[in-house]
Amino acid sequence: MSALSLAVRDSNTMLRRNLLHARRYPSLTLNLLLTPIVLLLLFVYVFGDVMSAGIGGGGADRSEYIAYLVPGILLMTIGGTLVGTAVSVSNDMTEGIIARFRTMAIHRGSVLIGHVIGSVLQAVISVVVVGAVGVAIGFRSTDATVLEWIAAFGLLTLFALAFTWIAVGMGMVSPSAEAASNNALPLVFLPLISSAFVPVDAMPGWFQPIAEYQPFTPAIETLRGLLLGTEIGNNWWITIVWCLGLAVLGYFWSKSLFNRDPK
Amino acid sequence: MASSVMPTSRRGDGHPSPAAVSTVGLRKSYGDKTVLDGIDLRIPAGSVFALLGPNGAGKTTAVKILSTLITADGGQAQVAGHDVATSPDGVRAAIGVTGQFSAVDGLITGEENMLLMADLHHLSKREGRRVTAELLERFDLVDAAKKPAQSYSGGMKRRLDIAMTLVGKPRIIFLDEPTTGLDPRSRHNMWQIIRELVSDGVTVFLTTQYLEEADELADRIAVLSDGKIAAEGSADELKRLIPGGHVRLRFSDPAAYQSAAIALREVTRDDEALSLQIPSDGSQRELRSILDRLYSAGIEADELTVHTPDLDDVFFALTGATNVPNQPKEAVR
Repeated sequence: MSALSLAVRDSNTMLRRNLLHARRYPSLTLNLLLTPIVLLLLFVYVFGDVMSAGIGGGGADRSEYIAYLVPGILLMTIGGTLVGTAVSVSNDMTEGIIARFRTMAIHRGSVLIGHVIGSVLQAVISVVVVGAVGVAIGFRSTDATVLEWIAAFGLLTLFALAFTWIAVGMGMVSPSAEAASNNALPLVFLPLISSAFVPVDAMPGWFQPIAEYQPFTPAIETLRGLLLGTEIGNNWWITIVWCLGLAVLGYFWSKSLFNRDPK
Repeated sequence: MASSVMPTSRRGDGHPSPAAVSTVGLRKSYGDKTVLDGIDLRIPAGSVFALLGPNGAGKTTAVKILSTLITADGGQAQVAGHDVATSPDGVRAAIGVTGQFSAVDGLITGEENMLLMADLHHLSKREGRRVTAELLERFDLVDAAKKPAQSYSGGMKRRLDIAMTLVGKPRIIFLDEPTTGLDPRSRHNMWQIIRELVSDGVTVFLTTQYLEEADELADRIAVLSDGKIAAEGSADELKRLIPGGHVRLRFSDPAAYQSAAIALREVTRDDEALSLQIPSDGSQRELRSILDRLYSAGIEADELTVHTPDLDDVFFALTGATNVPNQPKEAVR
């Protein structure tokens, strides 16, 4: 069997193992879904009138705020599933079965690749669920073409893939599930200080660079542009550079952690 | 380098066969703690080898290095003709490992664990199902097959663990303390399983802290102590290493202890424990002579025990009494 087909076959086996875990124990995934949905409903129904007054130069109504909010919530959903990734990787690494995998003649990276693909699939499914809630409460993509829909989907997937590799590394350096959950917290925190809820312009001047120069803001702006036709500008390639950079970094980080001698 | 690191043995038919496992000067340390300090081993194919040692002696580290889980700091090791450092995948294709801690996936069922192994060994679906059914049957796991492995008892987990190891038909199996934590019945079941493996021609590398286990199962035993091989040989050879049996007398009265030490010649004294050790084969005649002498001196011992040599003596003699605080010191002499 060639190296590539070995890699594909073993990774596929590991993916099925991870999906089996997710299917058997869905509570973690479902818990992580709850946060973005609650935030979505909270911001739309409780804060909606106040928040909408602050966007588009004032005078916007609640439905305009839904349109503003949903792209950010979708990316935040991915941020949430990453906590699940870090926790499950951390849990997995403490299991004896990983030691067994290491002593088998299987593709070395398949354990991690299985985790990554499994997590990306879960992230995409979560995004679809949260997106459906958004549509149910009135979100409409005003003038997106099929191509823009595909691009939006691709963006979300790429974003999930990049951050999943980072989350895998975070899970591997964490000695316990609690530590993994804490270590991955910045990934949940970052969207809160991005342009997800309010425009960067509306933030205090000293804070704007923090909101501006992080991966969530350009990704959110790009997604808004694709779904709602707002100005994308440089955001699309900044997002891609962020994603590729994080994916490469996370990949090599996780790989070197996995190749370390286990304790 | 080949001849020095890959010793060969001659079988009855005169054909040299490479050792299943051989190591030369294997070293490993964590920080400034030396765990393995130059280990030389040679295990002929088809035999059972037991690495015996107290907790912390380095048994698990040795298994981890030989099963490619960790790398050695120095020395060489070959498993199934492959160097563990330069050809780990060659080693991995030939071995099966059952670790000290269950190497099963607790979240999925026993059957799913087995099918997972079948997939990773690239068996066809049909073959995978056949092997799974056969091994679940053989290891008495059919009833539990559909339950999550984390709900299994210790003995069941260990059986599943070994069953998973066997899916790939390994030629060399490493069993790291396979019976630690098992109840007596499960332990005997495990011994039976290991004997069956051997009859299939598999080489078994076993670590254990139980002498009885090494005595029961192993063709050759190496005693590992503080990272070094303290002795190696068959159980009988090892037993010959230490002095024969003895009678031990224990006293609570120091005066009685003193007079007994004078009345009986050829005693080994332990002044702290107030006990005496007299070399003896444990025969009725020798016991009577000891008792007669005590009787005529008017001394009564608080406790008399007859000790015949076993692997325990070898073990304690070689590994030092400090590792076994509960064991009387005189047993090592």
